[in-house]
Amino acid sequence: MKLLFERIDEPGLNTLPVYEARGGYESLRKALALPPEAVLHELEASGLRGRGGAGFQMGKKVSFLPKGAMEKYLVCNADESEPGTFKDRELMQKSPHMLIEGLVIAAYAAGATRSFIYIRGEYVQQADILDAALAEARAQGYIGEDILGSGHSLSLVVHRGAGAYICGEETGLLDSLEGKRGNPRLKPPFPANQGLYQGPTLINNVETLATVPAIIRMGGEQYAKLGVETSTGTKLVSVSGHVQRPGNYEIELGISSREIIYGLAGGPPEGRKVKCWFPGGSSSPVLTGDDLDIPYDFDSLAKARSMLGSGAIIVVDESTPILDVALKVAKFYSHESCGKCTPCREGTNWTVKLLERIERGEATPMDIEIMASVQEHIIGNCLCVLGDAMAMPIGSMIAKFRDEFESHIESRRLEPVHA
Amino acid sequence: MSAVPAELRAEIEAHMALYPERRSAALPALEAAQRVHGWCSPEAIEQVAAVMDVTPAYLESVASFYDMLETTPVGRHSIYVCTNISCSLCGADELYETIHAAAGEDPEFNVRSFECLGACDIAPMASVEGVYVGPLTTADVPQLLDDVRAGRPVLPAKQLARRPVADPQANA
Repeated sequence: MKLLFERIDEPGLNTLPVYEARGGYESLRKALALPPEAVLHELEASGLRGRGGAGFQMGKKVSFLPKGAMEKYLVCNADESEPGTFKDRELMQKSPHMLIEGLVIAAYAAGATRSFIYIRGEYVQQADILDAALAEARAQGYIGEDILGSGHSLSLVVHRGAGAYICGEETGLLDSLEGKRGNPRLKPPFPANQGLYQGPTLINNVETLATVPAIIRMGGEQYAKLGVETSTGTKLVSVSGHVQRPGNYEIELGISSREIIYGLAGGPPEGRKVKCWFPGGSSSPVLTGDDLDIPYDFDSLAKARSMLGSGAIIVVDESTPILDVALKVAKFYSHESCGKCTPCREGTNWTVKLLERIERGEATPMDIEIMASVQEHIIGNCLCVLGDAMAMPIGSMIAKFRDEFESHIESRRLEPVHA
Repeated sequence: MSAVPAELRAEIEAHMALYPERRSAALPALEAAQRVHGWCSPEAIEQVAAVMDVTPAYLESVASFYDMLETTPVGRHSIYVCTNISCSLCGADELYETIHAAAGEDPEFNVRSFECLGACDIAPMASVEGVYVGPLTTADVPQLLDDVRAGRPVLPAKQLARRPVADPQANA
């Protein structure tokens, strides 16, 4: 079942005539003929959970926005900076109108009149494509004043970031969109109450919004029949690392992880086995080759003490030492820490130092204890989850590959000290 | 400060008009000034500040936060090599070293190792002046640099824009 990727490579799909020829913007017409509450009901009935990382119920999020006449905002998070994630890129590049249509419908349900797509600055081609699609949609009356005679108005601006992982965090994104350094904010207040310019703000990921036209077309209850009970629908997964066919796949939630990694992506190169895999971007705790039969859905992965996250599966085979993986991940989060909260700023930094000490052969087994304790002291102690995003995978690597860290320390200690 | 070029002023003012609060235009304005000046030089910052009616110090604090805004002079051809986890599993570190050795000292180039660029399907990859290319091998490096120097499209056969989706049933 393909909802987002159906004939995605059809030539010209990024243009309005081709998108309309296959029924594009029909869902918008259907939605605008209903009262906003009825559209919201469909979104809630669909069970759609946010596709950006947190997996929060989309309909519920919309319903959190206060009612009333104040100006409300809808912000689409197109920052897609979680390492291993590249699904929104393909969607925006090939089917930008699907995102715009979903965004207009969601804004209608939420009563938002101003909207922004915050796209990471590196996605130059995708931002250009979105700008072109937006101009077409505006000319056709799908965006702007009194959309299709409904009385509902919506402005939309494609806003380009300038390279900062933390701007994918929703409150960091809002500060960045206000023209500031992208430092996360203290929550509460949550963006639904005080977000962009202190106004009520709905923030959704690209894939989440792009799914909305399908929900309106099928009806929320019909959509909820796809997938499994608490993880409904289809999901784009980005598979990368040591697999033979890396790329984006649209799957029905709940299929086995083995089917994705081996069946679709071809598994590691011949003769090599899966050592570990990140199920939801580099900030998710790693699972091992023994965990491949876990169903790929939000709750099954949470039960396995990891997370579905952004749907980015990164596969590491036996040819790579776990120390290399840990160091790569830790260095990244250390670089991207904004420095506002001490546990994250110092914790990411010290984790890198400890891993480098292990690499150089200067560590003692006690350093593993210290490193594990550093991770525990980061989690839950910062304004945002950037620190956790390092502590969770590093903590899981220490727990699951402790032997390998220890034998590395031991083997380096046995090497002769040269004069 | 020299006078703000008319085109730059117009571009910044157009960005400011898009938002309820003019400060929201800081990133696009700095990006525009960087295109004109080559980097966020003190003069570029002052020109943006003059048009936006904010202090240069404020804009410097913003510029220093973002990886794509350059706070020191750099070569005009940017090559960002992704060295994050998925690309490094596929040989990105060696690729970066090769590109850096070949063009890192060339004043025309700005070679950087970069955070995940969101293209792990073509790992290892690079963004060459905004154009994504991959999967790259070290053998591609001379051609890549020649294409940039000659102003040709870079490695056309390896550009991401031409790649079909991996999902075999998507186009069935």
